[in-house]
Amino acid sequence: MSSADPIEAVLRKAPLTGCQLREARHADAYVEARRAMEICNACRYCEGFCAVFPAMTRRRDFADADLNYLANLCHGCRACFYSCQYAPPHEFGINVPKVFAEVRLRSYEQYCWPKPLGRLFRRNGSIVASAMAAGTIVSVLLALWLIDGAVLFQPARHPGAFYAIVPYWIMMSLAGAASLFALTSVTIGAMAFWRDVAGRQQVHARSVRAAMYDALSLRNLDGGAGQGCNDRDESYSKARRYFHHAMFYGFALCFAATCVATVYDHILGRKAPYDFWSIPVQLGLWGGIGLLVGTSGLAWVKVRGDPTPTSASAAGSDNALLILLALTALTGLLLLALRGTAAAGILLAVHLGNVVTLFIAIPYSKMIHGIYRSAALLYSALESDSETRRSSPGYAVPTSRDARLALPRQSPPSE
Amino acid sequence: MGEQLERSCDVAVVGGGNAGLCAAIEARKAGASVLLLDSAPRPMRGGNSRHTRNLRAMHCEPTGVLTGSYDEEEYWRDLLRVTDGDTDEGLARLTIRGTVDALSFMSRNGVLLQPALSGTLSLARTNAFFLGGGKALVNAYYSSATRSGIDVAYDSEVVALHLDGLDVQRLDIVQGERQESIFPKAVVVASGGYQANIEWLKQAWGPRAENFIVRGTPYANGRVLRNLLDQGIASVGDPTQCHAVAIDARSPKFDGGIVTRIDCIPFAVVVDKMGRRFYDEGEDIWPKRYAIWGRLVAMQADQLAFAIIDSKARELFMPTAYPAIRADTIDELAQKLGLPEGNLAQTIAAYNAAVRPGRFDSSDLDECATEGLDPPKTHWARAIDTTPFFGYPLRPGITFTYLGVKVDESARVYLQSGRGVRNLFAAGEIMAGSILGKGYLAGFGMAIGTVFGRIAGREAARHVLS
Repeated sequence: MSSADPIEAVLRKAPLTGCQLREARHADAYVEARRAMEICNACRYCEGFCAVFPAMTRRRDFADADLNYLANLCHGCRACFYSCQYAPPHEFGINVPKVFAEVRLRSYEQYCWPKPLGRLFRRNGSIVASAMAAGTIVSVLLALWLIDGAVLFQPARHPGAFYAIVPYWIMMSLAGAASLFALTSVTIGAMAFWRDVAGRQQVHARSVRAAMYDALSLRNLDGGAGQGCNDRDESYSKARRYFHHAMFYGFALCFAATCVATVYDHILGRKAPYDFWSIPVQLGLWGGIGLLVGTSGLAWVKVRGDPTPTSASAAGSDNALLILLALTALTGLLLLALRGTAAAGILLAVHLGNVVTLFIAIPYSKMIHGIYRSAALLYSALESDSETRRSSPGYAVPTSRDARLALPRQSPPSE
Repeated sequence: MGEQLERSCDVAVVGGGNAGLCAAIEARKAGASVLLLDSAPRPMRGGNSRHTRNLRAMHCEPTGVLTGSYDEEEYWRDLLRVTDGDTDEGLARLTIRGTVDALSFMSRNGVLLQPALSGTLSLARTNAFFLGGGKALVNAYYSSATRSGIDVAYDSEVVALHLDGLDVQRLDIVQGERQESIFPKAVVVASGGYQANIEWLKQAWGPRAENFIVRGTPYANGRVLRNLLDQGIASVGDPTQCHAVAIDARSPKFDGGIVTRIDCIPFAVVVDKMGRRFYDEGEDIWPKRYAIWGRLVAMQADQLAFAIIDSKARELFMPTAYPAIRADTIDELAQKLGLPEGNLAQTIAAYNAAVRPGRFDSSDLDECATEGLDPPKTHWARAIDTTPFFGYPLRPGITFTYLGVKVDESARVYLQSGRGVRNLFAAGEIMAGSILGKGYLAGFGMAIGTVFGRIAGREAARHVLS
């Protein structure tokens, strides 16, 4: 249409930098996420769903750090995708859950330590995870063989029997090294994320409480009105939230079981394996069941859901973690069931291998999302807290980095 | 492409937006078998309702989503004000009263409403906001409709209704390559206006309509409306008018929706393609002026205008979907916007010289005005002098048209002869001109669609089942 030429001329003379709406959607996750946020920020219809959109409206420009923050604040509930008037096949082609999943992956890599392992994990999560699991199992088996092949096939019924299979020093140094490594790596990553996103933001106890509540209840998966999320299609469902709870609290129970067992062993001097009705075994049993139910439920949600609002590149590390967690739970439960048989030794080695792999993988697997998600929730709580205080009388407008939070919300005419 | 349509049904609903969905759901609830026809493919279903966000609702006390109260008289006065009296009091009051029950109808059918939030606070008292916006509402209605046993056919455009005496006998439907006819016992038309039909718009606007951007669905081609008017159905509403706002000229030709709007005009200097001003940008507060700017831009050469601001104004309005075009000098900005060399700098210099000091208040009528400038800028006039400078190209964006079919209080469609068509009912945009002859009131289109959709559905079912 020739009469549209003046605009084509404008477009030619002023090539758009941030938001190239008329061009093919960009392959780079950050460019695409920025484009999406600029369109979303002019719309804001989704502001009632979760914490992401209110956080978005506090900004006008989206630096990479802002996108890392928003992407990690996103729980991937997909409500915004199915409600989006600009979702494909609309030419804007907005797909926030998908591009945020990609930005999250990039952010994990960006903040993780040491970096080379992170890159490896991004490329092929499931392969790396299985290789690591296999490697650990083999090395445990090898170690056992070198020590004493015969003990491997002994039933483990009596206190101290596990140590007869895997010697105390191996178990302790493996577990200790793995958790020390995980702790160091996660701390370094979390600090880098926080520095980038929040700067020198002061942290208040009430915001910490709010963020903890949000993280532990997965409030952002309630859809804003308690309807849940779009696990499958346009309809709402609570399956994903509940399965995640089963998995997370199952994991927490297993962790508690380990802690109690450590106290039993080192302080009370009671050696494993413990009686079926003992606290560590009961915690581990129910935790393991929760983990199994949660991981298989989440896998089921994933399989039957519409893949459009998900990122294929994130699927690898997602699946790797689900499998690793399920295997850990399964081998733990099997060990409990079969510890009185000749299979005990093999199962113990395999279970230990899984646990060690899980710990080493924390900084490089989907597991890390819990850390960044919690940090993002904390920053979101701080932001909305300072907003509330600003609107109350007598509150001085904050300065420096906080100043951007003082941006007034606009009241456009609504149609 | 759907399978072969049922050749007979009790009620056929033409158009799958809010009004059509409400009609279909009510007709089905009354016991009729219902076929809902939408001309769009499934991902683009819902007509312009996809782009809506709220419904203006009368209420006597605070509800979960509405603050204070908003009674019939206040609602009616608001409507009188925006329409300058160009309304039908009987139908208008029927709509207003109908909104009381509309919210619970919506809830029963799975539509979620959100508590009053930021950015929309001024409407928290009068308007209920759909959680996730209009597409979420449309999704909820479709799933409720499907659950209740309504047949839905996408990609199915009704091209003709055959009127025989006082009855519609047949609908001709095109599905891609295939054409077929159905013989419903009653018909509800809820197929919207004709704002996406540029050829039709040209009849009133001439060739300048070529440069209009259609903010809503491309499927609102007015084919059903034209077909009915050609068969002697009585019309209401001014055929030369449409609701138009100034939007970003870079927007897609269709379906750009809410994000294409540019809200910086009160803080800007607006020039035509020669770089000259043509209207007082600060005449009144923006919510009272945004709707005149579509027409203003439409009257300029090439239907093109440019809003120019400086850094001081950058954060005073809603962010835009397209980034502003940015330059360090006015001349550079003119060059980037394709404006004649020197003209823009001259305009800005003359404007800056005419600016008088005063109290600036972005949220209300303030004291910043020009002196001795023609046309003047009567509010928010501050010198454009702080780099960098920004510009937005503007085009008229058509929201909806006013011409429609005439209905009575039972949503029945009338012939020019004054006789009602026995089995034809209308709801939504296609009949809204009776109530909203001029102007616009936020959330009132959805009020008309919901209330008249429900009436049309019930009446159509009653006609069939009695």
